Amino acid sequence: MNLIERVRKAERLSSDIYLIRIESERISSSASAGQFVNIKCPGPEVYLRRPISICSIDRSEKTIDIVFQVRGKGTRLLSDIKAGDTLDILGPLGRGFTICPEHKNILVAGGGIGIFPLLQVLKDHPAERKTALLGFRNKSAVVMEDEFNKYSTDLKIATDDGSYGIQGFVTALLQNAISEDRPDMVYICGPAIMMEQCVKLLKEKDIPCEVSMEQRMGCGMGACLVCACKTRSGSDWDYSHVCKDGPVFSGDRIIFESE
Amino acid sequence: MSNNINMSVEIAGVRLKNPVLAASGTFGFGREYSEYFDLSLLGGISVKGLTLKPRKGNPPPRIAETPSGILNSVGLQNPGVHYFIENEIPFLRKYDTAIIANASGNTVEEYEQMVEILSDADIDAIELNLSCPNVKEGCMSFGSTAEGIVNVVKRVKKYAKKPLIVKLTPNVTDIVEIAKAAEDSGADALSLINTLLGMAIDAKTRKPILKNITGGLSGPAIKPVALRMVYQVAQNVKIPVIGMGGISNGTDAVEFLLAGASAVMVGTAGLVNPYAWIETVKGIEEYMKETNISDVKELIGGLII
Ligand SMILES: Cc1cc2nc3c(=O)[nH]c(=O)nc-3n(C[C@H](O)[C@H](O)[C@H](O)COP(=O)(O)OP(=O)(O)OC[C@H]3O[C@@H](n4cnc5c(N)ncnc54)[C@H](O)[C@@H]3O)c2cc1C
Ligand SMILES: Cc1cc2nc3c(=O)[nH]c(=O)nc-3n(C[C@H](O)[C@H](O)[C@H](O)COP(=O)(O)O)c2cc1C
Ligand code: FES
Repeated sequence: MNLIERVRKAERLSSDIYLIRIESERISSSASAGQFVNIKCPGPEVYLRRPISICSIDRSEKTIDIVFQVRGKGTRLLSDIKAGDTLDILGPLGRGFTICPEHKNILVAGGGIGIFPLLQVLKDHPAERKTALLGFRNKSAVVMEDEFNKYSTDLKIATDDGSYGIQGFVTALLQNAISEDRPDMVYICGPAIMMEQCVKLLKEKDIPCEVSMEQRMGCGMGACLVCACKTRSGSDWDYSHVCKDGPVFSGDRIIFESE
Repeated sequence: MSNNINMSVEIAGVRLKNPVLAASGTFGFGREYSEYFDLSLLGGISVKGLTLKPRKGNPPPRIAETPSGILNSVGLQNPGVHYFIENEIPFLRKYDTAIIANASGNTVEEYEQMVEILSDADIDAIELNLSCPNVKEGCMSFGSTAEGIVNVVKRVKKYAKKPLIVKLTPNVTDIVEIAKAAEDSGADALSLINTLLGMAIDAKTRKPILKNITGGLSGPAIKPVALRMVYQVAQNVKIPVIGMGGISNGTDAVEFLLAGASAVMVGTAGLVNPYAWIETVKGIEEYMKETNISDVKELIGGLII
């Protein structure tokens, strides 16, 4: 298997968010919403690959987009990538979101960098109603509004400081949304605390949901067992592995930190 | 592979088609990497560390990146030896490669039971893990003194009907003393090194990166230490030595063979490059062609001083 793929486009979306469009028949032809890729950052300073969600898949153009925030050494190196460069990429990896064609009304709730894997769910889902609730720190952190607008039927944005959209967290948006109307399925990705609160709200109303988890990874394919995530297993619990059993899990399976 | 090159080696009576094995804990039970290459290309596979009962392992984060390496604190998460025998051996046996069962225990009795159970299983050798730094009881505490080694190895040897490879921890003052203790107690071969006990701190949050606080260091960062230990041990024991620690390619592997290892294991490098194992096999072959060596055994201990 050839892991080297060419970059078609590299773009800065905000002060610290970058988009890279990668030409890859291998990945675009088999990837589904919510899966991720494991990327070797160019340069010897960084040893491990970096897991990044697939944000958007263009199956006819045979490209995928990844969108990431510069957090440390690896993502900084990735932010220097230019069109025409090549990247060493493993993927598509993991288990993505479940798309049930019977669901007519779906909702995605994303916070910060957690919004990215949700775009392809909206693109792929045949539901009639698709609500997108996105949360950002402030106005300057808001990215991809047009894309989410295009693929949802109803988009609401919240910022922590109220500088754009509604002031507050995505959880508040979710609370409002589900008090008015009951989605068949909710897809969630964001900070752990946000996901935990969303899952709790939805559980009270018995609305099914899926969450996309994050954990530090090694191999990214289920062999090294470092990416553990506490999950329910019958009346007991176990450590599942985010890279293979996830990153997407049914909301009711995850045992969050504070439990 | 060209016909005039002989890559096979023998470890404690087990013939390996080439001297490259997958290191325990980095290769699961082979299923994941079988999607990337034919497992029959490997000399052997040391499977994920097994215990008598299933183990959940340590809380996450279990990995931290370090300069040219990683720290891990998995803590021997595994489905237990019985699950392995029923569900994983039949899968691995579809491939023409040696199966090495990596075994751990909390008590000497558990080590005895593990060896007894595995002796009746369809595997090629048992690798006694006396060196895991990530579990509180057993394991490294047995492996870090000569008395501990003697105690466990002598007692399990009575139950061993398969070749017994004893895996050594580098977290000791005198590796040669430990290695000799294992040899004298009945080990058929030695494998070294397991990970070096280490730690990583996030200065921003003032917290350790690993939930377990400490973890085992592996990858290219530990290669010089591993080479030195393999060299010292090979000089001082008669049983075969399997060398590992930071091997990422054929040249690294050749260095370990020259230092005295009869075979090598590749671990962490494969987490970054899933082809590291087979590239290591190819790299050794290329080195042999370039240097006109027809039998890989000629490289073993071939260091020129
Ligand atoms: C399944 C999955 C999907 C992800 N998708 C995206 C995405 O679409 N966009 C995006 O911006 N980020 C995403 N992340 C987070 C991204 O992997 C980290 O921000 C990135 O690894 C940080 O690397 P660094 O070198 O910049 O930071 P450093 O802090 O220098 O990294 C040091 C080590 O810690 C690991 N690490 C640090 N933060 C995280 C984290 N939050 N999650 C996992 N590992 C981490 C790194 O991979 C590396 O091994 C995802 C993570 C996972 C697990
Ligand atoms: C994630 C991880 C898990 C490991 N688990 C085991 C284990 O279960 N049993 C064992 O004997 N060694 C275990 N090891 C140690 C390796 O087998 C090997 O001794 C060590 O990593 C050095 O080799 P390397 O630098 O090529 O990885 C583990 C190493 C890593 C990185
Ligand atoms: S990263 Fe290796 S098992 Fe998940």
